[in-house]
Amino acid sequence: MKTASKPAALPPAALGAPEVPRPAGRRTGGPWRRRLADQSRAYAFLIGGLLCFALFSWYPAIRAVVIAFQKYTPGSGGEWVGTANFTRVFHDPEFTAAWRNTLTFTLLALLIGFAVPFVMALVLNELRHAKAFFRVVVYLPVMIPPVVSALLWKWFYDPGAGLANEALRYLHLPTSNWSNGADTALVSLVIVATWANLGGTVLIYLAALQSIPGELYEAAELDGANIWQRIRHVTIPQTRFIILMLMLLQIIATMQVFTEPFVITGGGPENATVTVLYLIYKYAFLYNDFGGACALSVMLLVLLSAFSALYLRLTRSGGEDS
Amino acid sequence: MSTRTLVSPLALARPRGKALYWTVFTGVVLLFALAFLFPVYWMVTGAMKSPDEVSRTPPTLVPQDWSLSGYTDAWDLMDLPTHLWNTVVQATGAWMLQLVFCTAAAYALSKLKPAFGKVILGGILATLMVPAQALVVPKYLTVADLPLIHTSLLNDPLGIWLPAVANAFNLYLLKRFFDQIPRDVLEAAEIDGAGRLRTLWSIVLPMSRPVLGVVSIFALVAVWQDFLWPLMVFSDTDKQPISVALVQLSQNIQLTVLIAAMVIASIPMVVMFLVFQRHIIAGISAGSTKG
Repeated sequence: MKTASKPAALPPAALGAPEVPRPAGRRTGGPWRRRLADQSRAYAFLIGGLLCFALFSWYPAIRAVVIAFQKYTPGSGGEWVGTANFTRVFHDPEFTAAWRNTLTFTLLALLIGFAVPFVMALVLNELRHAKAFFRVVVYLPVMIPPVVSALLWKWFYDPGAGLANEALRYLHLPTSNWSNGADTALVSLVIVATWANLGGTVLIYLAALQSIPGELYEAAELDGANIWQRIRHVTIPQTRFIILMLMLLQIIATMQVFTEPFVITGGGPENATVTVLYLIYKYAFLYNDFGGACALSVMLLVLLSAFSALYLRLTRSGGEDS
Repeated sequence: MSTRTLVSPLALARPRGKALYWTVFTGVVLLFALAFLFPVYWMVTGAMKSPDEVSRTPPTLVPQDWSLSGYTDAWDLMDLPTHLWNTVVQATGAWMLQLVFCTAAAYALSKLKPAFGKVILGGILATLMVPAQALVVPKYLTVADLPLIHTSLLNDPLGIWLPAVANAFNLYLLKRFFDQIPRDVLEAAEIDGAGRLRTLWSIVLPMSRPVLGVVSIFALVAVWQDFLWPLMVFSDTDKQPISVALVQLSQNIQLTVLIAAMVIASIPMVVMFLVFQRHIIAGISAGSTKG
């Protein structure tokens, strides 16, 4: 007996009634057996995702910590060595360079990558024409594969045929070594990363700016506030939460930078662009030292998880407030 | 309906305001064209120059003799069809597996009340705190030698597909969306004789079209743009996706050919963006402010 011909909306009383006739094919065992059947059905839906999380998220996280204290060779298992990996990694001259570069990169990316998109969004929000055009164009670099933008900028930075120096010459400015100079390489990479990623940030700021109630600006203007004062006392306080969120996200993202140094500079010149993730890669695939790689991973993990935890905490409390 | 922004409409209506507005507007158009469109133009036309012209100083703004040989050479010499196909296979598989497993898991966690559901959800959300790249080496070791069954997924698309399923962000997005679907709707379907799978397929999924679209775009873009993970998984040149192949081949190939290959590698994502730009931009804007 099929009940599908019945109207979908049952009278509410029927829904709550205990003696709703069960459709054919449903189990009619005791409540305990029914619960077991429900559970197995729920887990049948869950199992695929659960296995993937267990294998590729939870297990590697535990494993990183375990291998960090082992001398590990793939295939033959690990041998406990205490904190030897950490001390070895710590005494590597590249270790200091990698952390210094990563932190400098993050700081520079924060300065440039925060200021530029914010100003862009501020200006774009005032424009009344061609809004769709601006939004598409600013997001275009984000859709270009990161490897392609890295190769593209490597070509721009080329000391011979590069466009970057050509532009400087055209403006009668002194040329630069860009990614080939030890003191300019890191900044050059920050420019690439900012160019490639700011589109998303601009769009998020734009959405935040549009949610500011217009009356606030009106009231400020009546009180005699000029443009700068309106930005300082209305715009920035109103978007403070988004600014903080994006800053945290940017810290988390830029501390994991890999593609740009790998593709553009190969970590050079003179280790000027070796980042922590690059060093992890080197330990694993060049030195075949998985213990060292995992020791570095754990360090990066601890630092970044702190920022992530802060981020998640803030999003949750922010979500409840608004 | 126009909303009031930083500058009042009144100030803009004055002659001085108007002049200033159009100056700023033109400035921004020029800046955006120079900063974001010009590099793309430079890439597309650079590939059409002769090898001699592309490295000439000062550079030519327009190619002297347009030639498509850069593109055809890239297609043949760099074996782009193979690498593009590899990328398509990797991205499509990751996308489909993610849709199937994440949707099923999110549906279970949201509506089927599994025992320990809260614990599992907590475990999944906890992975959001762990930055993906920091775990890339132990993940590699796991993929190279799966526990218990001791098989290697290296040089196998499964090495991209299965880890992609463990995407807490997408799963949580789906779960939150399913949470909003009222119980009555599902119960009505159940009373009409629909099983759990049937309810998911014909009630929940059709209602979830917007969120499925967002998840699909996120999933496809993530695999297409990724570099470090496929670099580790595919040491076999014939199996590499285009991002890895481009970098591996970039050393000893003619500049025009490399540039042409870069353009070709960008086309699929840029086209997808132009087609779905409305949804993508709306997704970014909405997801962030309401989060």
